[in-house]
Amino acid sequence: MSLKKSFRPGYKFVRQSEGAELEVRNLNVHIKNNHILKNVNLVLPDKKITCIIGPSGCGKTTLLKTMNRLIDSVEGVRIDGGILLNNENIVGSGEKIINLRRKIGLVSQKPCPLPMSIFDNVAYGCRIHGIRNRRKLRMIVQYYLEAVGLWDEVSNRLNTPAARLSVGQQQRLCLARSLAVEPQFILADEATSALDPISSRNVEELFVKLKQDYSIIMVTHTLHQAKRIADHVVFMYLGEIIEAGPANEIFTNPQHQLTKEYLSGAFN
Amino acid sequence: MLSLTVLSLLILVFMAVGLYSKSADILKENSVWTLLTSSAWSPFNGQFGFWSFIVSSIYVTLLSLIIALPISLLTALFLTEKAKPWIKKAVFPVLDILAGIPSVVYGLWGILIIVPWIANSLGPHFVDYTSGYTLLAGGIVLSVMIIPLLVSLFVEIFSTVPSEIKDASASLGATPWQTSRKVVVRKALPGIIASTVLAVSKAFGETLAVLMVCGNMVEIPRSLFDSAYPLPALIANNYGEMLSLPKYESALMFAALVMFVIILIFNTVARIVLHKVEEKFTL
Ligand SMILES: Nc1ncnc2c1ncn2[C@@H]1O[C@H](COP(=O)(O)OP(=O)(O)OP(=O)(O)O)[C@@H](O)[C@H]1O
Ligand SMILES: [Mg+2]
Repeated sequence: MSLKKSFRPGYKFVRQSEGAELEVRNLNVHIKNNHILKNVNLVLPDKKITCIIGPSGCGKTTLLKTMNRLIDSVEGVRIDGGILLNNENIVGSGEKIINLRRKIGLVSQKPCPLPMSIFDNVAYGCRIHGIRNRRKLRMIVQYYLEAVGLWDEVSNRLNTPAARLSVGQQQRLCLARSLAVEPQFILADEATSALDPISSRNVEELFVKLKQDYSIIMVTHTLHQAKRIADHVVFMYLGEIIEAGPANEIFTNPQHQLTKEYLSGAFN
Repeated sequence: MLSLTVLSLLILVFMAVGLYSKSADILKENSVWTLLTSSAWSPFNGQFGFWSFIVSSIYVTLLSLIIALPISLLTALFLTEKAKPWIKKAVFPVLDILAGIPSVVYGLWGILIIVPWIANSLGPHFVDYTSGYTLLAGGIVLSVMIIPLLVSLFVEIFSTVPSEIKDASASLGATPWQTSRKVVVRKALPGIIASTVLAVSKAFGETLAVLMVCGNMVEIPRSLFDSAYPLPALIANNYGEMLSLPKYESALMFAALVMFVIILIFNTVARIVLHKVEEKFTL
């Protein structure tokens, strides 16, 4: 895995405002009559890895989707409260949604290759954002496929359909695809769920390297993973944030009874 | 199941054989090549050149497709991606009704609306004189006939594109329009091709409506404002009427055989394309 910090291929969308922050304020999300996120308050610091943990169905994916406004396309959704990116509210602002998604990339829970070749999958976002130069695209694609540890496996079949990759490969491909548009924040929804322990470790290492340049918010069901790489931990339960704070504090000294139970594995 | 499949194959073979044996008369005296490529048409003198009919058929079908495809694609995209549910609910029954209207009604509509419009409003901008009974009129009427079919097929196909794919595209910063163009249409491409094949077959074989608006002059149409005489119109116009002429029945049977073969070739080519596309994008 070669991720040289200084080397940024075709870096076109200059990442503005170092030290950017994503802040969630009094966020409530309803879908039809279900209250899914309940009064969520959260500060997500720049250039750190924040792990969101919590039992299935507690609203982790919904929270991520709200942050890049993918939730908008859900039928019957109502969002109250605010999400501030660099002190600008991104909820309810009409046309800025495209720019927003350039800054906040979401890697979905289920790997989802686009119906095109491996190469085109990774180049997709760059092309959308106006990079046409073939050589530049090749560089970007190779760089990010190397970064996620997929290059060696696919370099000889970049023009075959991405759907033919194994699920684990697809997951890394989707990660590479999101990285390639070079967002400020990466929302990774269980990005390693389909990976074997080794690939999974590799992606973890990648995230640790990436946090030099990106802020990473990842959902994980693997507590060990959170322990290994998280700077901050957020524990959610039934749509609420029960506890959030620096990783070592949460893991060594959880305040809330629910957090204690979850960390001790009593939920399973 | 198997016996049904075999049965439908047998019907196909019987039709081909039947048409072929019925056209034997004319094939005895003319080579297939002359029949197909000559445009000399003079049944009284025993001259049967089908070229202008074949060209007319192909032109009018192509034209209808050129008009219908973009409209149907955009309409279907709008209905699946953008339209409010109540619009969808309102449109589908209308599509079904449109698809069910007999073709003679479309033909009448063409004569009453399209033909005069071409003759009086559109035509004079481009040519000195046109009767309105033209290739263009045929293309327009045919396209209106296949649009409802195409739209409902496309909508069905587009709704099978998983929302996860659209979300993934959106997450990378694509606008809904970019997502539709680059992802939805691409994912649906095999289905789009298959539906188009269906529509082409329908348009190519459609008889009554084109017969009513195309003008039916035996000549190779040189522009959209010339009249055309597609194969099915030839058969329908003349079968039973001019059979006293020697060889005429046999000639019309040959025309049917030509249509049969064109559709067969077209379907085969389309299947090959479909296979290639599926291989390239999905599996
Ligand atoms: N489109 C929707 N319509 C109705 N309810 C929804 C919708 N999407 C999510 N929900 C509900 O919102 C709640 C939170 O779902 P979410 O997917 O955010 O959970 P999660 O924490 O990501 O779970 P998991 O760990 O299993 O992925 C669930 O109860 C779910 O049923
Ligand atoms: Mg989830």
